[in-house]
Amino acid sequence: MDLIMDSLPLLWEGLKLTAYITVLGLFFGFIIGLITALFRLSPIAPLKWLAIWFINIVRGTPFLVQLFFIYFGLNSLSWISLSPINAGILGISINAGAYIAEIIRAGIQSIDKGQTEAARTLGLSSAQTMRYIILPQALRRMLPTFVNQAIISLKDTSLLSVIGIAELTQRGQIVVSATYEAFKIWTVVGIMYFILIYLLTQLGNYVERRYELR
Amino acid sequence: MSIIEVKNLKKSFGDLEVLKDISTEVNEQEVVCVIGPSGSGKSTFLRCLNKLEEITDGHVIVNGHDITDPKININKIRQEVGMVFQHFNLFPHKSVLENITLAPMKVKSVNKQAAREKALELLDKVGLKEKADSYPGELSGGQKQRVAIARALAMEPKVMLFDEPTSALDPEMIGEVLEVMKQLAKEGMTMVVVTHEMGFAREVGDRVIFMDGGFIVEEKEPEQLFGNPENERTKAFLGKVL
Repeated sequence: MDLIMDSLPLLWEGLKLTAYITVLGLFFGFIIGLITALFRLSPIAPLKWLAIWFINIVRGTPFLVQLFFIYFGLNSLSWISLSPINAGILGISINAGAYIAEIIRAGIQSIDKGQTEAARTLGLSSAQTMRYIILPQALRRMLPTFVNQAIISLKDTSLLSVIGIAELTQRGQIVVSATYEAFKIWTVVGIMYFILIYLLTQLGNYVERRYELR
Repeated sequence: MSIIEVKNLKKSFGDLEVLKDISTEVNEQEVVCVIGPSGSGKSTFLRCLNKLEEITDGHVIVNGHDITDPKININKIRQEVGMVFQHFNLFPHKSVLENITLAPMKVKSVNKQAAREKALELLDKVGLKEKADSYPGELSGGQKQRVAIARALAMEPKVMLFDEPTSALDPEMIGEVLEVMKQLAKEGMTMVVVTHEMGFAREVGDRVIFMDGGFIVEEKEPEQLFGNPENERTKAFLGKVL
């Protein structure tokens, strides 16, 4: 028991870093996803192809390979210098961005075309229609799927331990190698992830209820 | 003076020619009802009048502007052409009031206070002032359609297009919507109404267009068209619906 209490501050630091990377990764991932989704649905062919290939490449390669490419590959170029944490955030952002793009695209396409027609006949431009009518409804509809992606991205941060980021999993390894108490420590680490994801799910449920269509 | 002028309008979806050479016009303060069997092209015709459908060939001149001109700013034209849909298409994430004030505020830059006042005035007119803060999901079909009419009127259009406005309603709610439309006609609004309500066409219409197979088959004052149809197809259609 003492051992667990002693290791908690160390693991707590890891948990905070995990949460920090997840939040920033999802934030930038959402922006990347939104832009990619709008490109994907754009009538302008080059933008559309750019979006399609970005999505294809990210979905068609393992996250670990993407991470190595960003951290080791990009850093081997003389004009780029990424810290492990920045590389990790970038990796999570890009990976989540591609999946979020598809979530947003499906959300937009699920909105009845009568909504667009009604908005356009009132004189709204296509950009205004997207902003005031389609996106607010699409984002509500995709919320459960978005929470799902947030959970996946959070778990993916555990892979960042391989590029030396002292997030929760990496801290767990450090504590285990110092104490040899693998069973106890990994149980604690697991519980910490579980609590974090549970809170995320609850937040998602709250937001969903709050913005439910009446 | 004509507000809408349609010259040799043709519309195809792929190989399917839905409108085959339509010419007509709609004059100021006139109520034109378009009737005909389903698949006759009447909704497509209406949707061509504000370019919700790309026009394949011919010209549609709205308020002096040829909307088939690729350089035309269609958003500008649409501000003057209100439209009411069969399935209402209210914005479910916005309150009744917000549904009505959105376009005036965003498109015409009307300030919030003025937009609100105008919206309440319109809601009063359609008998739904007390529903201003409700959401579309809380309204009956007839109420939704009346809000949709108020929403279109908020842009102060010169002409209103109605695409089967009562076809999706329960029978007991049709009357309340037709009543609002009648009132609108009485006030001198120019209207084009695609409808299956023959009673409305007969009573309120200044002119009735009978369409079949992508053509205007007959176009007359309602008393003449309903009382004394000339074309065999008109006779056959009216025989079934009256």
